[in-house]
Amino acid sequence: MSEENADAIIRMFHVHKRYGSKSALKDFSLDIYKNEYLFVTGRSGAGKTTLLKLLYLGEPVTEGQVLVDGMNLSRIARNRIPHLRRKFGIIFQDYKLIPTKTIFENVALVLEAAGRKPSMIAKKVKSVLRMVGMEDRMNAFPQSLSGGEQQRVAVARAAAGDPKIILADEPTGSLDEESAEVIMSFLDTFHSRGATIVIATHDKELLARGHARIIQLRDGQLWSTEPA
Amino acid sequence: MQRFYRRAIKDILENRFLTAITVITIALSILIAAAFALFFVNAGDMLNFWQKGIRMMVYLKTDATEAERLDTKFRLQGLEGVQEAVYISKEEALARLKAQMAHHSALLENLKENPLPDAFEITLKPSTRNSEELGFLAERVQALPGVTEVEYGQQWIQRFTQVINLFSLAGSGIGALFFMATLFIVANTIRLVLYSRRDEIEIMRLVGATDRFIKIPFYLEGMIQGGAGTIIGLLLLYAGYLALALHFAPGMAGGMIQLRFFSVGVCLAVVLGGTLIGWLGCWVSLKQFMK
Ligand SMILES: Nc1ncnc2c1ncn2[C@@H]1O[C@H](COP(=O)(O)OP(=O)(O)OP(=O)(O)O)[C@@H](O)[C@H]1O
Ligand SMILES: [Mg+2]
Repeated sequence: MSEENADAIIRMFHVHKRYGSKSALKDFSLDIYKNEYLFVTGRSGAGKTTLLKLLYLGEPVTEGQVLVDGMNLSRIARNRIPHLRRKFGIIFQDYKLIPTKTIFENVALVLEAAGRKPSMIAKKVKSVLRMVGMEDRMNAFPQSLSGGEQQRVAVARAAAGDPKIILADEPTGSLDEESAEVIMSFLDTFHSRGATIVIATHDKELLARGHARIIQLRDGQLWSTEPA
Repeated sequence: MQRFYRRAIKDILENRFLTAITVITIALSILIAAAFALFFVNAGDMLNFWQKGIRMMVYLKTDATEAERLDTKFRLQGLEGVQEAVYISKEEALARLKAQMAHHSALLENLKENPLPDAFEITLKPSTRNSEELGFLAERVQALPGVTEVEYGQQWIQRFTQVINLFSLAGSGIGALFFMATLFIVANTIRLVLYSRRDEIEIMRLVGATDRFIKIPFYLEGMIQGGAGTIIGLLLLYAGYLALALHFAPGMAGGMIQLRFFSVGVCLAVVLGGTLIGWLGCWVSLKQFMK
């Protein structure tokens, strides 16, 4: 925490993460800047999902420090964790939609949890679903949707709360090129409105879109950064 | 708040079978516990009635003179615990007996002479209406000159009081047991619902829902189950009470004693209690579940 960086919204200092005896991240340090567009890549098992989880306290760090928008995650009070998580819109690798709720309810949940007004919620939910092309499936349940459709709903949910930071874990994993492009331009829109975007992926096509920093993980360590 | 209710109702509908079992079990628990309570209320009434009605009969020697009688009356009225001493002559006593045995009065017509003694009927002050004081007073009355015999329902009242006390002890025990049972049932149901919803709860947390937001619908659910179960239990008891009151009440103590149900206030308090147990059961489960 020696060097002050006013522009960093996320700072990780010498972070270690172990699952039992298995090390998923080793002495990992990284600053992510406000309004940055960052790709995290690396082969399967390199630690990409783990890195994202540490940011929203999906997992606690084993060692080291993580700061998110001024909050020190190792010191955060239990009742502040929901506030931390509302800073993020998270697109999970396995979508994590609630099977007993409709698409509309799944997306609305984020806004209800944040205590928004019901009238505002309906409008907002419809608008984000329209942006990912899922408005007409609003009343369907997740299991009646294809993998790609579920992924689009997951993206809409992540964006619904106008989060400061969007974390996306393989957001185009089960999408064809065209749908992937819809999602990416959707994320671009949020980026241009000031959101910080962090995407974990091994999709070469996404990485080739340019204009973003790409960090590569290997065995839980930072291997390379582009542009350097 | 409205959407918490909606979520709770939706949950209840989705777990209809589980909820129905819970509500029925709570209803039965309440039914049994409340039936005991109702029994005590009425038994207490009855005891009270009998105690109020306690009279002591003081029989006089057959050859007592007018002066002796007056003397006895003054002495009786001077005793502590005596409210009033009313003279009942043997003629009066016979007339009463004839009136009570209206259909068999022929038996009495054949009497050559009145076999009944003159007597005083003593009504007692409230403080004397327990078996100890009664026994003490009876001894003193017996010691008066001109008195042959003292009669009162001591043994019988005493035994009845003991039985009631025993029952109320057992009743409190049973009440406590059913309280625990109800609590356990609600806690268990909520636990099952929580378990079936664990993924959903985890997702809610990940998207930034507070514990409060997650818990409130479960609390509502527990309270609705507790309240509904209690209401059903009381309704069942009321139905049973009506049936009993209709069939047996007229025969009891010549209609002097009336069976009664709990007052509206007590019923409301019981329902509130049931709701509170629902809340408590939920609290127990959530405490375990949400580490
Ligand atoms: N909950 C866990 N328990 C034990 N080990 C885990 C757990 N989560 C991840 N790991 C291990 O940590 C390492 C990093 O996993 P992580 O999920 O971060 O990889 P990844 O880069 O996201 O891989 P992929 O591209 O396949 O999603 C892997 O070796 C994995 O087996
Ligand atoms: Mg992963």
